[in-house]
Amino acid sequence: MQKQGIYTIQENAPLTREVYRMVLAGNTGAITAPGQFVNIRVEGCYLRRPISVADWDDNTITLIYKVVGEGTRRLSRMGGPGAALDLLVGLGNGYDLDCCGKAPVLLGGGVGVPPLYGLAKRLWRRGITPTALLGFGSADEVFGEREFCALGCPTMVATVDGSYGHKGFVTDLLREAGMRYDYFYTCGPEPMLRAVYDACDCSGQLSFEERMGCGFGACMGCSCKTKYGTKRICKDGPVLKKEEVVW
Amino acid sequence: MVDLSVNLSGLHLDNPIIPASGAFGYGAEFAELYDLDILGSFSFKGTTKEPRFGNPTPRIAECDGGMLNAVGLQNPGIDAVLAEELPRIRQYFHKPVIANIGGFSVDEFRECCEKIDAADQVGLIEVNISCPNLHAGGLNFSATPEGAAAVTRAVRQVTKKPIYMKLSPNVTDIVAVARACEAEGADGISLINTLLGMRIDLRRRRPVLANETGGLSGPAIFPVALRMVWQVSQAVKIPVIGIGGVDSAEKVIEMMMAGATAVEIGAANLVDPYVCPNIIRALPGLLAGLGVDRISDLIGTAWKNK
Repeated sequence: MQKQGIYTIQENAPLTREVYRMVLAGNTGAITAPGQFVNIRVEGCYLRRPISVADWDDNTITLIYKVVGEGTRRLSRMGGPGAALDLLVGLGNGYDLDCCGKAPVLLGGGVGVPPLYGLAKRLWRRGITPTALLGFGSADEVFGEREFCALGCPTMVATVDGSYGHKGFVTDLLREAGMRYDYFYTCGPEPMLRAVYDACDCSGQLSFEERMGCGFGACMGCSCKTKYGTKRICKDGPVLKKEEVVW
Repeated sequence: MVDLSVNLSGLHLDNPIIPASGAFGYGAEFAELYDLDILGSFSFKGTTKEPRFGNPTPRIAECDGGMLNAVGLQNPGIDAVLAEELPRIRQYFHKPVIANIGGFSVDEFRECCEKIDAADQVGLIEVNISCPNLHAGGLNFSATPEGAAAVTRAVRQVTKKPIYMKLSPNVTDIVAVARACEAEGADGISLINTLLGMRIDLRRRRPVLANETGGLSGPAIFPVALRMVWQVSQAVKIPVIGIGGVDSAEKVIEMMMAGATAVEIGAANLVDPYVCPNIIRALPGLLAGLGVDRISDLIGTAWKNK
């Protein structure tokens, strides 16, 4: 169940030119699954900013976010002694680990990579080592490879322009590697989700993105149609099972 | 001890704070956060005859001091609300609820109000004749006094429950529309609904909202809402519920001084889900500081003839 709280900023530093990593200290008891998100009140912006949780422990939350507009730009400039943020925590329906199969593959694109890290860590704790396929635009946008490798995950990177790793998309890695997998988890831009959906014969889970009003299910701002009726990306998602997705 | 109670056409409210329709769903998400029984009441999500998915996404955009929405009355339909949502509401809200009813034709409004009339949980019907996000039919019944009168007349025939007509601010003469509703037997007026607005995405060179335009809400619209409540409440004899940009106990008091009998809180719930309990907690101290021991004594104190 979601909780509101004040979280102090411990770290807020760039990983690449546009992507930042922020570590916040505070109560993390409301977070129940990887793939959930927090909704951040940003001084000077009316609506909160929803950001997926990359990782968490008993008293810190790690967020990895891309500067895409005014809200995230303001966020990227925050920090310093005593700096704190008002967060709604524990939002959304995250990844379900119980149906992960024996050999899950994780496919992340850009800032879709971070929630898959939290997922990989929790799969690893269950004795399951997923394969990680990470996609970026070019070499200067790549982050996270080392972290997945450190968990022991077989990790491959693709860049669209070929300036790092394989040239192409994460779905190309899936084919070229000829790997065996029996379940998929993915997060990234919608065209990538669609490509993953089409490329994988097995079941899996996809994390979607949408402009949100509240982030906790009240305003119906982020609704989508599924095979099982209308769902709210913020409350019933952001993670949907492959079987329910309607494109 | 400050008395916060108010009376809406015979419906007693412990306090004037009502989460507004569209910002509160059917209450379940907020019931996870606090005891809804501390509210005066709440106005549930605008409900139509048939289930509606609403508009395509993106449905939400932001602006200075507020937001735009083009949800388009997503709701499960009146029959599902009666069969499923009202029994669910009964589990976490033990006071009369306000039923917000939307529609595309006079007949649809009449049919929905007739059905909701049978629900004893419903203490008041708020008839939304002002949703700005419905293009089908192109009709906004509160655009003219005649349109507003036609819906009021129709729903008056099918229910004895108090009927409050929720009006659009996107008109030249709000007083004329309100008077037309009063003349046809409305028990009260709710105003304002959202102001029509838009934003454009520079990169795509297209409107941010898939619906192109949407309804502006949030603190930016408070002065407009306050002015309209002040005008209308002086021109009609029936109570007015003030809505628009209210996010603090101070603005609640302003709304009531302008002539509102109760106050709905909309967009603020989306940004701060605890805004309503926070306002209710802040009111007694604020009123005591103003030397007021009954909040209802403040209604209309800013009118011209006072």
